[in-house]
Amino acid sequence: MVKLSIEHLSKRYWFEREDREVLAVNDVSLAVEDGEFLAIVGPSGCGKTTLLNIVAGLLPYEEGSVSIDGKRVSGPGVDRAVVFQHSSLLPWRTIAGNVRYGMEMQRRFDEATMHERADHFVKMVGLNGFEKHFPNELSGGMQQRVNLARALAADPKVLLMDEPFAALDAQTREFMQSELLKIWSQDRKTVLFITHQINEAVYLADRVAVMSARPGRLKGVFKIPFGRPRTLSLKRDPQFLEIEDSIWQLIEEESQSLNMVLAEK
Amino acid sequence: MSGRPHQSFYAKHEAVILGTLSVVLLLGGWQAAFKAGLISPLFFSSPEAVVKQFRYTLVEGTLLADMKYSYTNFAIGFGLAVITGVVFGVLIGWYRRLRLFFDPFLNALYATPRVAMVPLIIIWFGIGIWSKVFIVFLSAFFPILVNTVGGVRALDRDLLRAAKAYCASDWQIFTTLALPGSVPFILTGIRQGVALGLIGVVVGEMVGSSQGVGFMVAYGGQTFNTDTLFVGMIVIAFSGILLTWIAERLERRFSRWRPER
Repeated sequence: MVKLSIEHLSKRYWFEREDREVLAVNDVSLAVEDGEFLAIVGPSGCGKTTLLNIVAGLLPYEEGSVSIDGKRVSGPGVDRAVVFQHSSLLPWRTIAGNVRYGMEMQRRFDEATMHERADHFVKMVGLNGFEKHFPNELSGGMQQRVNLARALAADPKVLLMDEPFAALDAQTREFMQSELLKIWSQDRKTVLFITHQINEAVYLADRVAVMSARPGRLKGVFKIPFGRPRTLSLKRDPQFLEIEDSIWQLIEEESQSLNMVLAEK
Repeated sequence: MSGRPHQSFYAKHEAVILGTLSVVLLLGGWQAAFKAGLISPLFFSSPEAVVKQFRYTLVEGTLLADMKYSYTNFAIGFGLAVITGVVFGVLIGWYRRLRLFFDPFLNALYATPRVAMVPLIIIWFGIGIWSKVFIVFLSAFFPILVNTVGGVRALDRDLLRAAKAYCASDWQIFTTLALPGSVPFILTGIRQGVALGLIGVVVGEMVGSSQGVGFMVAYGGQTFNTDTLFVGMIVIAFSGILLTWIAERLERRFSRWRPER
């Protein structure tokens, strides 16, 4: 069953500085199945974050359609929750208070349920004991756990993740990837995961969609054949490297043709 | 055995020792110079005379009444400034049109030294308590207002985006992001307002009053009574130190979550 459906979506920006229109997303069509983990990779400036913002309802769109369970997206909704690249935590709220924040804004749960859910998801991301701490007392990796717990506690149908590990150091990032898979395997929500790291996408996702830069077009979708649970050693599997390589070639081919265009000018 | 390395008594209390030393040396030198006849009592007092005068004005003079008068002026004016400054600042910071509407006034008044308005205020309110209250109010109001406006407007883009993604209403954004986010800014405004309000009360009493510590200083000056002058100055200085210290503590207490601390 299709959960999230994107059809012929295009997004144009008026680029003030250069006084011209930019096509950030160009005719993208993509269907994410219920319970599927789909990752979108692409170089910076390929419009992948624009795409996520549209799905989150944070950006308006005119051409094409985005729908969840067949219902057109026309703004933020309780059926979605976003894990942001920067943890975006309220510095004056404790960890428990931050995990509650999404639920509080959405006003879907009563006080007792919010309390219970906040407790549950703080534990799920492994932060029990830190409930009363403030965000600035936590490391970057721990802050991203809070960010994730806040999103999960809001009980979304679709979880949108916008390069959530990009600002972390390499070791923490790897660790967080395997933690994310563990947490995700507990209730298998539909996930749209944006990243510029190919191996992160291949390691995490059921399918990897590759986007090209300016205008952001969908270049291809790769099915990742590995079963679950996956361990970090999978990243050294020959087949894994092969997939990573073919995605890499697709992106590189793109940037070479871009260079050629630039050279001609 | 490991542990904290031993520190000498001096190393532990260096700041206090050197600070005390400088004060003692200054007072001692001052008193000695006075005794040696190097300073004319007409232009300069001595520590001994100041202490004597302090005791005299406290017990038999009007020092307590003057302090009470000045503190009352300050407290009423400052209290009004905090309430109106914060309420008005939050409204102006939140509603763009309100801000644009009031901008010319606020810019003009903020840029004008409030002391320049003292004679006009005394014409309006007379030399009783309300002219001083109004001067303190005007002095403290602007730093509180301007900082509050800045605090409400300094909404973090990332937080705003997060709130919107979770379907926050404008009211929720206001109460959960704009208000708590502006608290440290408001406290900075209050700290600046304390300093300016004190100047306001002293200047107000010097220019148009028959009571208060400011009047005491002005009167001491006019009658060449340098002992009284020094007593007044010391009272003002200590009030300033105490109030600023309280405001700083308050500011630090509520800025616990600020990343730069």
